[in-house]
Amino acid sequence: MSASAFVWLVLAGLYFLVPLVATFFFSIRSVQTNKCCSFAAYTAVVHNGDFWHTLRVSFVLALEVIVICLVLIVPTVYWVHLKVPKLRPVIGFLALIPFVVPPIVMVVGLLKVYRGAPSWFYDRPSGILAAAYVILAFPYMFFSLDAGFRAIDVHTLTEASQSLGASWPRTLVKVILPNIRAAALAGSFLALAIVMGEFTIANLAQFHTFPIFIQFVGESDPYQASAVTLVSFGITWLAMSSLLFIGRKRGGGATTQIAGAR
Amino acid sequence: MASGRRRLSLAWLPTLPFFVYAFLFLFLPAGSIIIGAFKDVDGGWTTSNVTTLFDQPYRRAYIESIEVSATTAVLGALLGLAIAYAAVREHTPRWIRSVLTTFSGVAANFGGIPLAFAFIATVGTLGVVTTFLRNQLHWDIGASWPHFSLFTKNGVEFVYLYFQIPLMILVIAPAIDGLRREWREASSNLGASSFQFWRYVGVPVLMPSILGAVILLFGNAFAAYATAYALTSGVVPLVPLLIGAYYQGNVLDNPHLAQAMAFGMFVVLAVMMLLYIPLQRRSQRWAK
Repeated sequence: MSASAFVWLVLAGLYFLVPLVATFFFSIRSVQTNKCCSFAAYTAVVHNGDFWHTLRVSFVLALEVIVICLVLIVPTVYWVHLKVPKLRPVIGFLALIPFVVPPIVMVVGLLKVYRGAPSWFYDRPSGILAAAYVILAFPYMFFSLDAGFRAIDVHTLTEASQSLGASWPRTLVKVILPNIRAAALAGSFLALAIVMGEFTIANLAQFHTFPIFIQFVGESDPYQASAVTLVSFGITWLAMSSLLFIGRKRGGGATTQIAGAR
Repeated sequence: MASGRRRLSLAWLPTLPFFVYAFLFLFLPAGSIIIGAFKDVDGGWTTSNVTTLFDQPYRRAYIESIEVSATTAVLGALLGLAIAYAAVREHTPRWIRSVLTTFSGVAANFGGIPLAFAFIATVGTLGVVTTFLRNQLHWDIGASWPHFSLFTKNGVEFVYLYFQIPLMILVIAPAIDGLRREWREASSNLGASSFQFWRYVGVPVLMPSILGAVILLFGNAFAAYATAYALTSGVVPLVPLLIGAYYQGNVLDNPHLAQAMAFGMFVVLAVMMLLYIPLQRRSQRWAK
């Protein structure tokens, strides 16, 4: 390794690791003495009912978003690859739009359009918030699934399945789905990472999700805040390494791995 | 296939649910902002909301937002490029690359409130590194050089790099792989120095990818809300923070102004995207 490469990598390592290590040391400072070492912050966090409650809210929301995304996007991408390849660039273009409409802009529009909507939709995280997150997750889900479908022979699989007498739904569930499982899982883990970290929309639409809890803790107790910060980092890390693990099992290839929960 | 129009026109029907969903939750909200930006409180048409954006404090917010995004995009791109190149060179052990891309995947996605807290715990006023430097080395980074404070524009930029650099690494690593080793060998066989290789081969080939990545990074920082929200509580008036402040309550009494601000963001990002698409096409020319 050349000297300059070594220097760059060491500097990068410092910039990226120091905040994490420092956050850990900060989180084990004792409230009374401001010195090392006490795990009181962690104890307080795990005994905080809101921690588990909001974690659950966000996790259930993530599952809901993943299910809606899969139900909506898998058949669409399948059909587009099979019958209407002309639509593929159209959907690909649609998948770029969420980059132009950032969460802060999206939530302004959503709150305006759906202000008068029934309360089961407007007042519940499983309504308007899930709908927004599906849109946030859609590009990642689409790019992942699109790559998955490109890697298999959709036409042959479909013909084989139908000449054996399978219906459309049966072909989709029993034949196509197992073949794009890795792509669907990869998209799902990205969606998980997005939903578990998204703050902007939840904050402006006033829902109490896990990231809102982190913000709330930060206003009262910096030590607990850094403890929850590490929990949050751990969740992102788990989601992303599951994603990479799937990607590696699939045999390399470019796995989309940018989600973004700023 | 040949049986004509009718069949073709119905073939897209199974994709309808998807397009209906995209219409309801993407186009309708986005469209309503564009319309709302040009309405007044009585429902009539007006351009005053949009022209107000050129007055203070909105003008300053856009300038600050664009400056922060441009600075972190360019710095993030340069640093990310240097780090990615260092990691994928022939003589660097392979495990370094795999660790770096894994970590970049996590860090590029680790944003928002927790990222702000991590930096407060590190280089905030009572942060671990700040207190270590102050107590052990008698170096107060806030009071003396470099007069660093997290809660200023420079502070926000410093934190944004934590997700900008990894994003650059993820985006640019495949492009660096596309710099074929034979080109380097060929140029050195012809007597080119390392500098000449970069000047005449490396940078020109990578340039579309680098520019595309800078635009992506710009949009990434421009859209960011949570990190700045947790750090500055409004000291640095970025556009997303102003919009957010409106929805937290008490700042404006004209909702159309918030929509106009959102519309302004949309315009800035759309211009960026229009620059991005042709660059993306050009950069693909060199891949294979």
